[in-house]
Amino acid sequence: MRSRIDIEAPFKTRVKQAVANPTLADTLTRATLHLKEQKRLSLEELEAQRLRDQMRQMKAHTLRNLPELLERFERNVVMNGGRVHWAEDADEANRIIGELAERHDVRKVVKSKSMATEEIHLNHHLEAKGITCVETDLGEYIIQLAAEIPSHIVAPVIHKRIDEISDLFAEKLSMPRTLDPQALCARARVELRQEFLSADMGISGCNFAIADTGTVCIVTNEGNGRMVSTLPRVYVAVMGIEKLVPTPQDAFLQYQSLTRSATGQRVTVYLSMTSGPKRLEDVDGPEEFHVVLMDNGRSRMLADGYSESLMCIRCGACLNVCPVYRQISGHGYGNTYSGPIGAVISPLLSEEMARNKDLPYASTLCGACRDACPVQIDLPKMLLNLRHDLVSGKHMPGAERRAMQGFAGVASRPTAYRGTARAARTGTRLLSGFGDRNLRRLPPPLHHWTRQRDFPPMAKQSFREWWAKRSGTRGPAT
Amino acid sequence: MQHKKQFEQPPRRVALFVTCMVDMIYPQVGRAAVQLLEEQGVEVVFPEDQTCCGQPAFNSGYHDEAVPLARHFVDVFHPLIASGQAQAIVLPSGSCATMTSHFHLELLENDPAYLKRSEELAAVTFELTEFLVDVLEARLPEAHLPGKVAYHACCHLLRELRIDEQPRSLLAESGLDMVDMTGSDECCGFGGLFAVKNEPISVAMGNAKLTSIEACGADHVVMCDVSCMTHLQGLLQRQDRRCRAMHIAEALASRHPKADGELNTPAQSKAPDGGDRPRRWQDVGTN
Repeated sequence: MRSRIDIEAPFKTRVKQAVANPTLADTLTRATLHLKEQKRLSLEELEAQRLRDQMRQMKAHTLRNLPELLERFERNVVMNGGRVHWAEDADEANRIIGELAERHDVRKVVKSKSMATEEIHLNHHLEAKGITCVETDLGEYIIQLAAEIPSHIVAPVIHKRIDEISDLFAEKLSMPRTLDPQALCARARVELRQEFLSADMGISGCNFAIADTGTVCIVTNEGNGRMVSTLPRVYVAVMGIEKLVPTPQDAFLQYQSLTRSATGQRVTVYLSMTSGPKRLEDVDGPEEFHVVLMDNGRSRMLADGYSESLMCIRCGACLNVCPVYRQISGHGYGNTYSGPIGAVISPLLSEEMARNKDLPYASTLCGACRDACPVQIDLPKMLLNLRHDLVSGKHMPGAERRAMQGFAGVASRPTAYRGTARAARTGTRLLSGFGDRNLRRLPPPLHHWTRQRDFPPMAKQSFREWWAKRSGTRGPAT
Repeated sequence: MQHKKQFEQPPRRVALFVTCMVDMIYPQVGRAAVQLLEEQGVEVVFPEDQTCCGQPAFNSGYHDEAVPLARHFVDVFHPLIASGQAQAIVLPSGSCATMTSHFHLELLENDPAYLKRSEELAAVTFELTEFLVDVLEARLPEAHLPGKVAYHACCHLLRELRIDEQPRSLLAESGLDMVDMTGSDECCGFGGLFAVKNEPISVAMGNAKLTSIEACGADHVVMCDVSCMTHLQGLLQRQDRRCRAMHIAEALASRHPKADGELNTPAQSKAPDGGDRPRRWQDVGTN
C-alpha cells in the first residue's frame, strides 16, 4: 500500500514512477478538475477580481510591515496569557516544541492538519523522543497510516482512490473492506475520538493569525481542529511568519478568499480562533497556549526578490489547474509543498536549491497557475527567476551552458546563423534519408525528443530561400 | 500588458518576423502568413538578417546568452519601423511575440538605449491573428480543409498576450467545420526545453491532449505556434493517429481546390465577394 513514488529518489526517478502508474493521472485529473470547477462556481457569486485585488493589496501591505506586525502580534498574544517563540529554522522550531513537550511530560500529541509542521518534519522529531503523534485530519490520518507525505496542500490524500484507502484500513485497522466513504470515515472517527481524549498536547498549523488581537485561526471542515486546540492541556500553533494579517477584517477577507479558492465553499464547517489559554471563568480550553513563529528561509525570500511567493495563502488553486501536477502528483515534487507554488518555494526554504534544482524546470510556464491564484502571484515569473538564479549560481551542467553560449553566439550573427541553419538542415535531411520522412531517432541530447515523438524533416527550401527567389533578388540563402 | 499603438490608418507595410522554426522547418506556414497578409492588401517586408528571438536561452535561465539576441532583434527591426519602411511587425507565433514584446524588455532593462527602441517595437508587434482581427479587421476568403477542425489555444498566446477571441473568430468565420475541444486552453506539454528535459511529463501531457483531440473527432487541430504543433504532430504521427496538427495560418490560407488563383495570391488581388460587411480600410480608399 505504499506510494509508488519514492520521495527520497532523484527527481527523474520520481517522475518515472509517477507516469508509470496507470491510474494516478486519471485520479488526479478528475479530482483537481472537480476542485477547479467548485472554485469557479463559488467565485462566480461575487466580484472575483475585486477580491483578488483586495487580497493582493492586503498581503503586500502585510509583507511591507511584517516586522512591526509580528511584534504587535506577540504583544497581543502575551497580553492574552499566551507565549510566542521565535524559530529561525526547522531545527529551532523542533527543539522549541520538543522542550515544551518534555516540560509538560507529554506522551501523546494530537495534530490538526498543518503544512508548517510537515515542512519541519515535526512528527519524526517528536517520535524520536518517544512521543506518539496522531494526525487527526482524516486525510492526514490516512497518510500517516500509509506512512506517506501529503500530496496536496489542501487535500493530502488526493492521489488515493477509495479502494486503496479501503485496503489500507483493512490492513492497518482490520476493518472489513468497503467502498462506502461514510463507513470508512466513521471507523476513523472511532479511532480518533479516544486519541483526542487521551492526548496531552494539541498541535496545529495556522491558516492566518491576526496581529491586532493576537488570534490564531484554523480553517477546517471536520471539527478535529477545534478539539486539538481545546481538549489537551497544552496547545501549540506553528506558523510561518507570512501567515499574519493585520486586522480581523483582513482575516475575514482572507477566509473568504481561502475557502472559495480551495474547495469552493462559501464558509467552511469550522473556523477556530484562539487568542489565549483558558481563563479562570472558562469551563474548557488549554491551560497553556504557545505560538511558534517560524522563519525557515522566509525572511531571505523577502530580501532576495521572492517576496511575492510569501503572499501565498496555501489554497492549492495552482495545483488544481497545473497540468504537470496532474501527471506527477504532489509526490513527484518530492517536498512538503507541491505544484507550482511548491516548485517555487521548495528550493528557497531551508536553502535546498541544489537538491531541488529540477523543480523550477518542472513547468511549461503555461501560466494557468497565475490565473488561478487568488493573490495573483506571478508564479511563471518566479520560476523564470529561479532558473536564472540556478544558471547564475553555476548549478547547471557545463554542457548545457556551452550549448546556450554557442547558440547565442551563432544566432546574434546573421551570416553565422544562416550557415549553421543550412548545415542543420542538411544534417537532419541526411538523417531522414533526404526524404520527407519524419525523424524517428535524433542524436543526444535530442534523443529525448524522439523517444516517443517523431520530429519533422527540415524543409528542402527554407522560407528565406523561397522569399529570395520570389522577390527576384539574390538574397543570401540558407 | 504592453500599450499597443492605435493606427489611424491601417498599416500598409509590415515586417514579417517569420521565426526560426518556420524558416527552417515549416516554410509553408510563413508562405501562408504572407498570403493572408497580402490578400488584405498589406505589403510584406522580410528583413533577411533576422534570426531567433532568444526564447530557448531566456526560458532556461540563460539571460546573458539571450541579451545579444534581443539586441539583434532591435538592430534588425528598429530601423525599418523608425524609417517607416514597415509600420508593424507581424509574427506567426504567440510565444515568439511574447518573447519579443515582453521578455526582451526585461532583458534590456539595464540598457536604456536598447530598452527604448525595444519598447517602440513592442508597441507595433502583433501576433498574426491579432493583427488580422484587431488591426486590419480583416475578412478572410473562405478556407477549405477536409474534415473537422479543432482549435488548441497555445499558452503564451492565451495567458501572456491574452489573445483568444481573435483566432477563434477567424476560424469561426472561415467556413471550416469547427468542433469544440474540451480543455482547449490546457497546455499541450511542449514548454520549450521542457519537452526534452522533462520528456516523460511532456509526453504524458501531450497524450492527455490527444485524448481530448480524439474525443472531439477532429481531423485537424490548429494552433498559433509551430512549437506546440511539432510536439503534438510528433505524438500523433508516432501513434499513427488520424488527426493532423496544423498552424492556423495554413488552415486559414487553405483554399478549395476549385477556387481561382494560385495559393500565393498576389498583393493586389481582391478577397472574394459576397461579404455583407465592408472590408474596412480597403473599401475606404486610403491615401
